[in-house]
Amino acid sequence: MTQLPPPSDVKLGLVIDLDTCVGCHACVVACKGWNTENYGAPLSDSDPYGADPSGTFLNRVHSYEVQPATGAAQQVHFPKSCLHCEDAPCVTVCPTGASYKRAEDGIVLVNEDACIGCSLCAWACPYGARELDAAAGVMKKCTLCVDRIYNENLPQVDRVPACVRTCPSGARHFGDLGDPESAVSQLVAERGGFDLMPEQGTKPVNKYLPPRPRDADEIDILAPLLAPVATDGKGLVAWIDRALSALPGGAR
Amino acid sequence: MHPAPSVIAFTTFSGLGFGLLFWLGLGLPAPTGLVALGFYVIAYLGAVGGLLASTFHLGRPERAARALTQWRTSWLSREGIAAIVTLLLGGVLALGAIFGSYLTPLGWLVSLGCLATVGTTAMIYTQLRTVPRWRHWTTPALFFTLSLGGGALLANQGVAALVLLALGAVVQIIAWVTGDTRFDRSGTTTGSATGLGDLSEVRAFLPPHSGPNYLLREFVYVVGRKHALTLRVIGMVLAFGVPLPILAIGLTHLTAGVAVLSHVLGVLCLRWLFFAQAEHVVGLYYGKR
Repeated sequence: MTQLPPPSDVKLGLVIDLDTCVGCHACVVACKGWNTENYGAPLSDSDPYGADPSGTFLNRVHSYEVQPATGAAQQVHFPKSCLHCEDAPCVTVCPTGASYKRAEDGIVLVNEDACIGCSLCAWACPYGARELDAAAGVMKKCTLCVDRIYNENLPQVDRVPACVRTCPSGARHFGDLGDPESAVSQLVAERGGFDLMPEQGTKPVNKYLPPRPRDADEIDILAPLLAPVATDGKGLVAWIDRALSALPGGAR
Repeated sequence: MHPAPSVIAFTTFSGLGFGLLFWLGLGLPAPTGLVALGFYVIAYLGAVGGLLASTFHLGRPERAARALTQWRTSWLSREGIAAIVTLLLGGVLALGAIFGSYLTPLGWLVSLGCLATVGTTAMIYTQLRTVPRWRHWTTPALFFTLSLGGGALLANQGVAALVLLALGAVVQIIAWVTGDTRFDRSGTTTGSATGLGDLSEVRAFLPPHSGPNYLLREFVYVVGRKHALTLRVIGMVLAFGVPLPILAIGLTHLTAGVAVLSHVLGVLCLRWLFFAQAEHVVGLYYGKR
């Protein structure tokens, strides 16, 4: 059923920290691995080792150059996957009911057995979060690793999305953004987390944390301590210092 | 947006087919016997052929019947239902006409169904906030004037065709003039897409992948855009410039043939531009449009 359910209390999603992401693409690889071996049709590749490789991914990492009005430019690595929007336009356009938003936790999923591969959901998504798999002919998207997060066969530590579990810099956080007391909600409040394309009216659940400003006036708080400190030498060393400084071209 | 030949053919020919069926439903003209057979065959070749062509771009066309279930929210689903109901009712109307009687109330219902089908087709594109060029009243206005105008041309309704095609030309110009800047006025930028634009200028620095992918193939179509202005002129001349004077002078069998052929080629050209010039906001993530 492609009618959106009433907003759920639980809103599972990701918080992505643009300050700490180092752009290593480990999340991309972990996502491709888990989602090719588990739920649904595998994420196919065509010509993977040839001249024109192309494939389906649910998560991709862009890199942007951010130039403030004053100061140095900054590079920001930007992982992007489905934002599990509250007003998901991809769900309501679906003609078959394959695309749906779960009433219990807000995860947006595709029932691949009902998908006709018409691509209209991908047209409706402003974020490029959906990709039609060329081999299976059905729409693929991030499942928030629904087959991990509730999986009692996995140890507790692994019951998070594969991208979150693998991130070596701790830039990805998973939790309930519907609960203001949850760790992810508090992180968003503390760091000023924001929505992507709020003007599109999709109300994304996933949030992004802004990069902290770099290259302030002081390069390093330890830098002042590195300046020469022995200005009041005594005895022979002080005499040599004065004599050398007195020479033409000597350092003062 | 990628101008898929199947979708261009579908929207052009089914638009003309349903346009012709609209006039036949109104009884303008109300032919009987073999003449009726000829008219209805042309209408159904366009409408059914277009619908079949549209299934070619599906990933899993064997499941197409499922697309009729979600009429509560989906314009695509509504279009499928409207098209099938109209074609079934139109079939009864056609049988009646071929065997000598025009069924007036049924005809009106068929005409209403044609309007619903063309309208729902247009709304599939108009509803998309992600393609600012399409999200405007000119999109359904253009679909209606081209479908009903082209249909009137096929139905030999000279005055109606003249008025509707002239209106279509005006709507097309308004669509271009307003549409060319609508993306920039939509407020969606690389800055809002990344959320980094409040204090800074944001530039795509490294793409996430070295080759093309589904998103770039489907949504970031730039091939041939450099010819857009030339194609606009060609499309306008063929779709409206040639048929309008012919209609003003009056249709004969030969000139009607020229007008129809020119109009169809022109609409195909305009429809190609409709897709090729439409820019999806996802391109902003790639620094492309």
